Amino acid sequence: MSMIWLQDIAFLILLIGISIPLGIYIYRVMTGQARFMAPVEKGIYRMLGVQDKNEMSTKKYAVSILIFSGIGFVLLFSTMLLQEVLPLNPEHLKSVRWDLAFNTAASFITNTNWQAYSGESTLSYLTQSIGLTVQNFVSAGVGISVLFALIRGFTSKNKKTIGCFWHDLTRSILYILLPFSFALAIVLVSQGVVQTLLPYKVVTALQNGASQTIPLGPAASQIAIKQLGTNGGGFFGMNSAFPLENPTAISNLLELLSILLIPCALCISFGKAVKDSKQGRAILITMIILFVAALAIVNISEQYGTVFYEGVAASGNMEGKEVINGVGSSAIWGTATTAASNGSVNSMHDSFTPLGGMMMMFLMQLGEIVFGGVGSGLYGMIAFIILTVFIAGLMVGRTPEYLGKKIEPFDMKMVCLIILAPPLLTLLGTAVTVMLPQAASWLSNSGAHGFSEILYAFSSMANNNGSAFSGFTGGTMFTNVFGGIIMLIVRFIPMTAAIFLAGDLSNKKIITASEGTLSTSNTMFVGLLIAVIFIIGALGFLPALALGPIADFFTALK
Amino acid sequence: MKKQPLKNKIWTDAIKQSFVKLSPRTQLKNPVMLVVYIGAIMTTILYFLSFTGIKDENAGYTLAISLILWFTVLFANFAEAIAEGRGRAQANSLRSARKDVKAKKLKAPTNHDDYTEVLSNTLKRGDIFLATAGDQIPMDGEVIDGVASVDESAITGESAPVIRESGGDRSAVTGGTTVISDWLVVKVTAEAGESFLDKMIAMVEGASRKKTPNEIALQILLVTLTIIFVVVTATLLPFSDFAKRQAGSGEAVSITNIIALLVCLAPTTIGALLSSIGIAGMSRLNQANVLAMSGRAIEAAGDVDVLLLDKTGTITLGNRQASEFIPLKGVTEQELADAAQLSSIADETAEGRSVVVLAKERFGIRGRELSKLNANFIEFSAKTRISGVDFQDNEIRKGAAEAVKKYVLDKGGDYPDECAEIVKEVAGCGGTPLVVAKNEKVLGVIYLKDIVKNGVRERFDDLRKMGIKTIMITGDNPMTAAAIAAEAGVDDFLAEATPEAKLSLIREYQSKGHMVAMTGDGTNDAPALAQADVAVAMNSGTQAAKEAGNMVDLDSSPTKLIDIVRIGKQLLMTRGALTTFSVANDVAKYFAIIPVLFFGIYPKLEALNFMRLTSSTSAILSAIIYNALIIVALIPLALRGVKYREVSASKLLSRNLLIYGLGGISAPFIAIKLIDIILTVCGIA
Repeated sequence: MSMIWLQDIAFLILLIGISIPLGIYIYRVMTGQARFMAPVEKGIYRMLGVQDKNEMSTKKYAVSILIFSGIGFVLLFSTMLLQEVLPLNPEHLKSVRWDLAFNTAASFITNTNWQAYSGESTLSYLTQSIGLTVQNFVSAGVGISVLFALIRGFTSKNKKTIGCFWHDLTRSILYILLPFSFALAIVLVSQGVVQTLLPYKVVTALQNGASQTIPLGPAASQIAIKQLGTNGGGFFGMNSAFPLENPTAISNLLELLSILLIPCALCISFGKAVKDSKQGRAILITMIILFVAALAIVNISEQYGTVFYEGVAASGNMEGKEVINGVGSSAIWGTATTAASNGSVNSMHDSFTPLGGMMMMFLMQLGEIVFGGVGSGLYGMIAFIILTVFIAGLMVGRTPEYLGKKIEPFDMKMVCLIILAPPLLTLLGTAVTVMLPQAASWLSNSGAHGFSEILYAFSSMANNNGSAFSGFTGGTMFTNVFGGIIMLIVRFIPMTAAIFLAGDLSNKKIITASEGTLSTSNTMFVGLLIAVIFIIGALGFLPALALGPIADFFTALK
Repeated sequence: MKKQPLKNKIWTDAIKQSFVKLSPRTQLKNPVMLVVYIGAIMTTILYFLSFTGIKDENAGYTLAISLILWFTVLFANFAEAIAEGRGRAQANSLRSARKDVKAKKLKAPTNHDDYTEVLSNTLKRGDIFLATAGDQIPMDGEVIDGVASVDESAITGESAPVIRESGGDRSAVTGGTTVISDWLVVKVTAEAGESFLDKMIAMVEGASRKKTPNEIALQILLVTLTIIFVVVTATLLPFSDFAKRQAGSGEAVSITNIIALLVCLAPTTIGALLSSIGIAGMSRLNQANVLAMSGRAIEAAGDVDVLLLDKTGTITLGNRQASEFIPLKGVTEQELADAAQLSSIADETAEGRSVVVLAKERFGIRGRELSKLNANFIEFSAKTRISGVDFQDNEIRKGAAEAVKKYVLDKGGDYPDECAEIVKEVAGCGGTPLVVAKNEKVLGVIYLKDIVKNGVRERFDDLRKMGIKTIMITGDNPMTAAAIAAEAGVDDFLAEATPEAKLSLIREYQSKGHMVAMTGDGTNDAPALAQADVAVAMNSGTQAAKEAGNMVDLDSSPTKLIDIVRIGKQLLMTRGALTTFSVANDVAKYFAIIPVLFFGIYPKLEALNFMRLTSSTSAILSAIIYNALIIVALIPLALRGVKYREVSASKLLSRNLLIYGLGGISAPFIAIKLIDIILTVCGIA
């Protein structure tokens, strides 16, 4: 156990150490201060027909994102429908059924990467690389763009515009996602992750001389961005538990690091951008505390939560975990991938102990704000900060303000939209599913654990996480269509609300802080923010969790 | 004596109103309580359905739940009604001041004899009327001729009469006040129904109360929480049904229990008290004799971080005190002091008394036998700006330089340049010169000095701790202003303040992101008042000033601004504290209800029932009884407001979090357990 803690602490130090310079770099890039690729950047603008000094209104910014994502959806959807007639399909895989194509397209443009299929048996190299990988980049880029639009809402004064979406998107991809993914992909290849366009290999296994098909493909390039962009959609069905996606300890560390790296760095960028590093630090500390608390529970539960399997698990709960990863690396990956809205897995979450599984579920149910998705996690967190500021601000006898911006009815409406959508859709999605008579037949477990499987699936989809508890059969026509719709709503309603929030804030004056102003960067505020996040999450999900993992836990207790 | 029956009447009225407010139209205005209202209706229907055999729960239990829910709604109505009742009582006492009186409507302002008697409510804007001693002023207006003292106690509660005169800053008169001496010719500025008094009545009655922006924003938050809880509880029906099928034991949660849980979780405490907090804030302001033109203004008062304070009356005593006798050449100081003392001996004003005190201190001049002197005292009047004494063929006069100069010249004496010099010098130091003359001869000048009030320094220190900056506004020259500013401990000052300078100062602070509050009374203050975020016009001020401001101070007290800030902050704090309390309560209610709700399906969940509540019936009943009672328990707090201290934001927050956050988490654990014990003892469980 002490080795696990040691490993976790080392990981956190490494993570924070890298994210600080990266955060500063992202800030400089996104504010147009570092433009070392200016010719390329300007070339792209010229192609898009955008001026170098273009500014967009709130509405235009939102519409641009919706149209851009809409086009991405149509392209991806049709690629899958036409897969069998398109090139780069050495395995001659069939076209994808429409409902699965819809689900997958919705899943990838929303940065969810819920996968109701196995990559190696369903998608061609073309669909994977030109279709999915591209969306992995742009959906992450959209998240970062919206975050910076919101940041500009705080920094600008009496302005009607919130920046230009095309600039934000171009910069986030060109300077951040592409170069880092490229570097990571190269390192992954060096560790043994495949990157090829050759067909699958049939090999003769050592045992009994049986033949086995080894799936291949341009995996490394997709895996790099899947981790960095909090996407999480594996190239292969087994995701990062598969040796060709995650072969060594080094690849495991790098992939794990990449899950949290950009969301972590964005907190630093936020502080820089609002010209008050303490604000960014407070957010980062809040996220780290919540993360560490969850991690501790998962660790303890996985290590000691299985004592009643007498004589079986001497070293913690190893069911569903890779031997090379063990309890420690699986627990931290599981916690990280659900804290951030990544969703890639290196172990089977369904096999976690009830409390371990509950923590991962709960991290998603908090609204994917503990790190969360790139960009989207932080703007979700900002919504919670505004909520906290609203209540706490009143208690110091002033109408609430955050970073000098007064929080008025319109802002509250937008904040509530951001906060409201995920829990409502999680609960409603689960409720609709359990009402279906065939629901029980989609489960691999019965009792409380069976309910957990459904709840986990909808927590994952309705928070744009994409990780799977497995056990729940995701591939039915119903879950494909219903889940696809949920993922679209839960991505674009909060996102649009965040953009309109940015527009409204941008148009306000900035109020100077005084002794009478509530501090949003001190210890008390961090504590209060954690309490608000926890209470809102707990109030929303305690009854459901009581019927799932909590009942599971108590029932399993001797 | 009269207070007790009045209080009883407010109570009985409020109870009556609690039932009147059960109408759906009223309930629709408060979304959180609407949920409780619908829940009450649904459980009532469920109870009656149980007679037909459709059974959701034990009929008696459903009835109990439904009754408690109805009481919850009534309690919320009562909270609002009692706050409104207090406002209405204030309005009624104001209304008694407004009766229809006969007005002497003039055809021409100059001819006082040519008037027709009309009823006050027929007066139109622009009409001119005459009011002589003993007349009630029929309508708001502006004095266009005459000087008179007016009793405004009906509006302000202040018994000392005030001077009203044409021109200048004291030209506004209010309907319902009474002329005590002399006469006034007044031009009507507001017609019946829109007069100041009418607006005031409407405001305190809450008739024209609109939800303020902050209230709306809070309402949005409460509605959001309610929506979450509606979904959380509604989905429990399919969840528990599914769990029942999976576990093969127990029952799905009943609709009655789902409604009970929803009502427990919805932020009913703050939802029920939100509007009373707003109304009570308005009433507290009225009790301070300040009339806000909108609720928004009170909220803005809480945000203010720059106070522009008029020096006179706020920082220094309104009355200056004699500090020095400055004789002219050829006159001894004692001679001057003697004359000054004599002229002031009957002067009851603070300034007059200070002259007597100074004379005693300097030269031991004591009170004299007034009857022996056979003296005739001339009182100060607003018109002559001079006072004095006639005795034994001598006339002593003291007053403003210009007035004494006129007096001396009229007497055939002359006004020496030396005196003019001294007057200028004294004025230059920020003091007020009073010239003393005996018969036609000018004796010298009394130097009246500003005295900084006791305790202002500490007050400003407190304000600074709260992050509020104080700026002294004065007409004095910069040197005097700096001296007084330093003595009083203000953060900054604006000397030789002109209305333009005030306006640009406000703009400058606002552009730096500050919220500015000021008081003003003159017409020339109007632009600055209109610019300030919180602008308090003196009731004694002009109509223009009152219209430009967003509050009117009936006492015309310059220190009122600080009280207004306090009331504004208190209002916001009360809202925040009760919201925190309401949400924090949910934690305990969950622990009370959740384990017993699913106990049938997963018996092991009993482990979560660490409150050891007797049964599911008693647990749920205890929780919703607590939920209803806490509303009543908190009504006094909502009306009174959370205690306010002048400390920094972080101290305030930690204090309020401790009381309302932690208190909000722990209080229901204790209360629910107690109610559970009582129910168990009564055998209900």
